[in-house]
Amino acid sequence: MLLTSLMLPALSRVAVCGGTHGNELSGVYLVHERLKRRKKSQVMEPVAVVTVMSNPRAVQRCVRYTETDLNRCFTHAILSASEQTSYELVRSQELNSLLGPKGSAEAMDLICDLHNTTANMGLCLITYSDSDWICLHICKYLQARAQHPRTDAMEIGPQPHGLIRANIFMAMQEAVQLLLDWVRLFNSGAQFEGGSVDVYTLVKNIDYPRDPHTHTIIAAVHPDLQDRDFCLLHPGDPMFLSFSGETLRYKGKEPLYPFFINESAYYEKAVALSLARRRKVEIPAIRACLHTVRTKT
Amino acid sequence: MSSRVNASYFPQAERVAIFGGTHGNEMSGVTLVNMWIKNRAEIERSGVAVRAFITNPRAVEKCSRYIDTDLNRAFTPENLSTASGDGLPYEVQRAKEVNQIFGPKGSPDAYDVIFDLHNTTSNMGSTLILESSTDYFNLQMVHYIKKAIAPESCMVLLNEHPHLKYATTRSVAKHPVGLEVGPQPQGVLRSNIFESMRAIMKHALDFIELFNSGVEFPACSVEVFRVHERVDYPRDTNGNITAMVHPHLQDCDWEPLNPGDPMFQTFDGRTIPYEGASPVYPTFINEAAYYEKQQACITTRRETLAANAIRKISK
Repeated sequence: MLLTSLMLPALSRVAVCGGTHGNELSGVYLVHERLKRRKKSQVMEPVAVVTVMSNPRAVQRCVRYTETDLNRCFTHAILSASEQTSYELVRSQELNSLLGPKGSAEAMDLICDLHNTTANMGLCLITYSDSDWICLHICKYLQARAQHPRTDAMEIGPQPHGLIRANIFMAMQEAVQLLLDWVRLFNSGAQFEGGSVDVYTLVKNIDYPRDPHTHTIIAAVHPDLQDRDFCLLHPGDPMFLSFSGETLRYKGKEPLYPFFINESAYYEKAVALSLARRRKVEIPAIRACLHTVRTKT
Repeated sequence: MSSRVNASYFPQAERVAIFGGTHGNEMSGVTLVNMWIKNRAEIERSGVAVRAFITNPRAVEKCSRYIDTDLNRAFTPENLSTASGDGLPYEVQRAKEVNQIFGPKGSPDAYDVIFDLHNTTSNMGSTLILESSTDYFNLQMVHYIKKAIAPESCMVLLNEHPHLKYATTRSVAKHPVGLEVGPQPQGVLRSNIFESMRAIMKHALDFIELFNSGVEFPACSVEVFRVHERVDYPRDTNGNITAMVHPHLQDCDWEPLNPGDPMFQTFDGRTIPYEGASPVYPTFINEAAYYEKQQACITTRRETLAANAIRKISK
């Protein structure tokens, strides 16, 4: 059994980020509480966790961003440009110095970025690779244990922007704790059995129906689709209900899984919902290779 | 049987306005009003001129609640009488313009009825908001609407509180009516919420048309929830909130809250109970826009108001 585990480096540097969008309050308050507790009791955690409020100015104003969406700023072009002046562009470079540099050996091993959505997505983990075994194992661990699993951006909804719901906060707090528990166990040499994880992969985004001349929205997400994130959408199923009472249906040929249905921040990005394919990803057993733990620089 | 002795007579309602976008991110009203500006057919009624109007276009453009200050608190006598000038906050200037078009507030030239369309993140369902317990025209209208949409329900919130009532956009009219539908996040348009608001407006305009045609509405009684108190979040000495609305209270607008019932939950899971002396009916529970107004919810008391029969003054 032990011989077939994939050996991976231990995770010596982990970050928890909240307030990347200043009005997504679960992460804002979670980070705020972690920083308060850290100051009060000098708690030594088994893993060195850096806790960061990503966009303090947006948090202070309780807006998604002040000039540009911070969560779209971490491109190579922006991070390497000199003389950025816009607040979020400057901030992305600061965060890159603190938590990166992106792509270098000194970068954080794991970043968990906390978000909320107005879509009914429950607890949702977003990761960027289907062979990132660390993230997929964390996913599997949370799915087995979290009260509200769906499947280290962690997205929990539905919650309107600008307010905090106790049940959502507690779900996020539990999920972060489980994630850190997993990291501690992994770093201590525990083996995590292989298995399979259901993943949803973006296929396309769908915009609202719009008036061809004015581009104003002329329909709302259909009541039969509203709040049905991750419920399979079949060709012919209702998608939108126009203001004149007409039902507009899904015209694709392939049944797909909708998500981010009616996220308020995506109106300006021309996205009413996203559609995904679901598949099982096989993940190997993994174990930390304790000899290769890097010392903190 | 109507009682002519106790009937109240009102002039024909000749000019009615429907306001949307008083808060630029409350999307049902913004969408409905823009739709009705483009195509008036649905809001036309005989005997009355109905005008759909966006009150805060810059906030709508930005999809934010307001630009400088809350328009729905701006219609104070001081603001309305202040001299125009460059230094004025946008919404104060806008309040003066709205007052000029649809008022002046308190004068015989003011619009007869103004409906102001709002959304809330609170689970209030459809709620009609009144500012006077003795405006029989408005009481009869809400009674008519409630009957028309049954079995769907519509609550009536009465804000006559000397300290907590505020100078609303709609207060320019002789008969101001607020329509609040939730829950809906700011910046989001939900189909069911949109259609509920649209249906209530249809019945409201039907009522006005019937009234204008000479129908007498017999005396009736209306159950209302009268604003009692504002309750803030528990806060620390820096003003940061230290607890959230308790899961048992969250989404329980209009349900009785008894002394000792859970009200808030701290971030480390401790329950803070309601410490009032008597049962109340909370509403506006966890409205996102009210964090900055130090309001976690409003408590109300249930009351039944009597309304006289009403009839149009015949010319």
